[in-house]
Formats: sequence, structure tokens, C-alpha cells
Amino acid sequence: MVAMLLLLPAVGKGNDAHVSGSVDVKKVIFEHVKDSYEWHIITIGEKHISISLPVILYSGRTGWELFSSSRLHAEEGYNGFYISSTGDNEGKIVEVDIYGNEIRPLLDISITKTVLSVFFSAILLVVLVLYTARWYRKRKPGDEAPRGFVGVMEMLVAMVVDDIIRPNVGKNYKRYTPYLLTAFFFIFLNNLLGLVPVFPGGANVTGNIAVTLALALCTFIAVNVFGNKEYYKEIFWPDVPVWLKFPVPILPMIELFGVFVKPFALTIRLFANILAGHTVILAFVCIIFITMAVNEYIGSAMTFVSVIFTIFMNCLELLVAFIQAFVFTMMSAVFIGLSQPEHDAGKH
Amino acid sequence: MSFLVPETGLLFWMLLAFGVVFFVLYKYGFPVITSMIDERKRFIDDALQNAKKANEQLAGIQRRGDELLKSAHDEQARIIRDAVAAREKLLAEAREKAHMESEKILQETRAVIRQEKEDALREIRAQVAELSLAIAEKVMRKELESDRQQQLYAKELADEAINEKLSAK
Repeated sequence: MVAMLLLLPAVGKGNDAHVSGSVDVKKVIFEHVKDSYEWHIITIGEKHISISLPVILYSGRTGWELFSSSRLHAEEGYNGFYISSTGDNEGKIVEVDIYGNEIRPLLDISITKTVLSVFFSAILLVVLVLYTARWYRKRKPGDEAPRGFVGVMEMLVAMVVDDIIRPNVGKNYKRYTPYLLTAFFFIFLNNLLGLVPVFPGGANVTGNIAVTLALALCTFIAVNVFGNKEYYKEIFWPDVPVWLKFPVPILPMIELFGVFVKPFALTIRLFANILAGHTVILAFVCIIFITMAVNEYIGSAMTFVSVIFTIFMNCLELLVAFIQAFVFTMMSAVFIGLSQPEHDAGKH
Repeated sequence: MSFLVPETGLLFWMLLAFGVVFFVLYKYGFPVITSMIDERKRFIDDALQNAKKANEQLAGIQRRGDELLKSAHDEQARIIRDAVAAREKLLAEAREKAHMESEKILQETRAVIRQEKEDALREIRAQVAELSLAIAEKVMRKELESDRQQQLYAKELADEAINEKLSAK
């Protein structure tokens, strides 16, 4: 309570500082949680240390382009491409079309910070899981149970299979186990890496809507490509009075809508939860700089409070990292389970 | 709002990376782990089952051993009891026999003694009779010397007594 009371005036002052322009909180936070063309690691004094990443573009004007993002620092950009500082495309590479409008290139598949982070965590995940698998390959079922890292992996795998996949998917669960386990570990690992403040962690991967959308698309495919006949019958010809589905297909419309709402829900909840977590942690860290800019005494006091809050938030985010991976996997499992309805004789 | 617009490039790379990760793990990763976990679960279940069975068998053997021991104890007690009874019986019989034997010997001895006594008495009586006769004869003879008639009479009496005795014999 005392901490909260201390916090309130500090936030008020912080807004003043924000207005005065000494610390632009919004900019700081957005720079951290948004994707970028280079990976900013640390700033020592006035010197920015960052990794330049490859930019890959396809533009109607110049065709395919491949260059280092460091070239974008030049005043006029590179070959007509530059990073926009205003509007909807703020922070993105843009070019100027023949009418003088700022437009995005047709295709922008640059290796951005998030992409690199995805690659890193993908490699890490493959290494970790294959290491675990190798451990098992070398042993017989009668050998003693694993300890240490492999033991943790086994515990997580057994937990996901026994608590999420088997009860929710139903009798065909073995078919979907690899996908759901991959999704779980991918999200969990990225969530955890997102909480590591130093390179190569700290990127806001699972708090990026494109990443969660890709994951949701995979679940969408798993649900709709491998759904059985019963599932499609329930969508297009559900077991309701005829006037509800013919001549105006009211219920089929609703069901079809539901098919697309499910991955949307998956996308949004993971993205929003992780983004919010990152934002809150950054906001707590920013309090230090805001209050320091106002007054050194308040700043010193608030530093203590802020660090406590940041530690608390980090612990909370550790929990959230697990819970969100768990929830995404569970919802995917539920959706997959719904696409495998077993013919219920009692219902008809 | 730019947060809510998915980037095509990122979506592309993400799908690619996730697809590759999924493929690799699907091929070489998770099936190995899950099947191994299942197998071990089965192995542990089997081992538990076997241990339970072995325990039951062991308990059965123990019970049977206890029963054997108990019956052996019973048998032992019974044998001892029988032996004691047999000994008692034998002793009693022997005692009885000895008693009877001694009784018999005693009776025989008694009979012999009685016989001997009677024989002795008879002999003594006979001798006493003879002696008294001899005395009486001597007395008579002395008296009859004086008197001839009396002497004849006494002779007659003596013959009579001898005849009597001879006829009695």
C-alpha cells in the first residue's frame, strides 16, 4: 500500500517529465516491444552498439534487394529505401512511389530482430529436444529415470501429454502430440527468452501478432485439414430444425464464423498477454528514469520501489510465460478435439 | 494500431521456422521422447505388478512354512506324549507282573511251609506216641513181673495197641 501511495505522485510527475521531453516513455517502450531492422544491444554514453541485420525486399521499382540495415542510417537512406518516421508505417522500411506517396515495398521479408530471435529460439529448441531425444535413444525402458535437464523436459512433456493433450484431444491424441508439444515448447521457450533482458533474449517474440498468428494458423490447419466427416457435418448441416439451416443457413453461418474466430482468439490472447507483460515491466523500469529526471531524491526513492515492482513483475511474467504456453496448447488441443467428434449414437 | 497488423515478412519467416522446427521434432524429437516415456511407464507398471505377485508368492511360502513348522511342532508334542504314555504303561505292566510273580512265589512258599509243618507235626506226634508206648511198656513190664497174669494182660494190651497202630497205618 505504501508503495502504491508513493507510486501515484511519481506517475504524475512522470507525465510532466514525459511532456518536457527528457524521457519519452512511450517511445522507449515501443522501441523495445516493436520489431526493428537492427538489434540494439546496449548504449554506452552516446555510442549505440547494435547488430545490423539483412534487409530483404522486393519492390516493383527495383526488384529484389538485399542489403545491410546499417545502410539505412544514411541521411537519404539506401537506393530510395528509408525507415519511415511518421504515419502508419512508422519504423518500417518505405519507398516513394511515382506519385510521391510513401509506400511499403511489395514484399519485405527482412531478417528483423524478431525473425532473428525466432531463428535463435528455433535452433535452441531443436537442440534441446534432440538432446533429450538422444538421451532416450541411448537407453532402455528399464534404465533409471532421467535427472537434471532431461528430467525437466520429461516432466514437461509428460505434463503436456497427460494434462492437456490426452484429455482434450480424445482417442486420436497420439497423432497430434508432436505438433502440440512443439507449439507448447516453442511458445514457452520464446516467452522465457523474452524475459531475459540481454542479447540474445529480450525480443518481444510471442508478443508480436505475426508470430502468434502463424502459430494460430498451424492450429487452424491441424483443426480443419484433419477434421473428420462428423466435424464438417456439424458445421454445414448441424443437428437442428431444418428452418435454421434451410433456405437461410443461419446456423451454418454461425458455425463457419466460429471456425475463423477460434484461431483469432488464439492469436489475440497470446499476443496481448505477452505484450502487456513486456510493457508493464518496461514501464516500471522507466519510472526510475522519469523520476530521476524530476528530482534526484524522489528518483532514488522510486528506484527502490521500481526495482521491487520490476522483480515482482518478472516473477509474475515467469508464471505468465508458462500459463500462456499452457493455455495456447490447451485451447489448440480443445479445438482439435472438437474437430474429432466421435459419433454419438445417443444424440441421434 | 501498428501492433495489431501482422507483418508479412515476419509471418513468412515465422511459418518457415516453425514449420522446420515442427518437422525436425516430429521426425526425430518428440515421438522418441513420448514413446520412451510410455514404454517406461509400462515397464514400471509391469515391474510393480511382478513385485506384487512375487510378494504374494513370498507370503504364501511364508505361510506354508509356518504351517509346516506348526504341524511339526504338533507332531513332536504328540510323539512325546505317546512315548510318555507308553513308558508309563510299560512300567505299570512290569510292576503288575512283578507283583503277581512275587505273590505267586509267596503263596507257593506258604504252601510248602504248611506242608512241612504238618509233616513235622505228624512225625512228632508219631514219635511221642512211640515214646509214651515204650514208657508204658517199661512201666507195665516192671509191674507185670510181679504178677504173671498181669504180665499176660499187659502183653495182650500192648499187642492190641500195636495192632491198632498197624491197622491205622
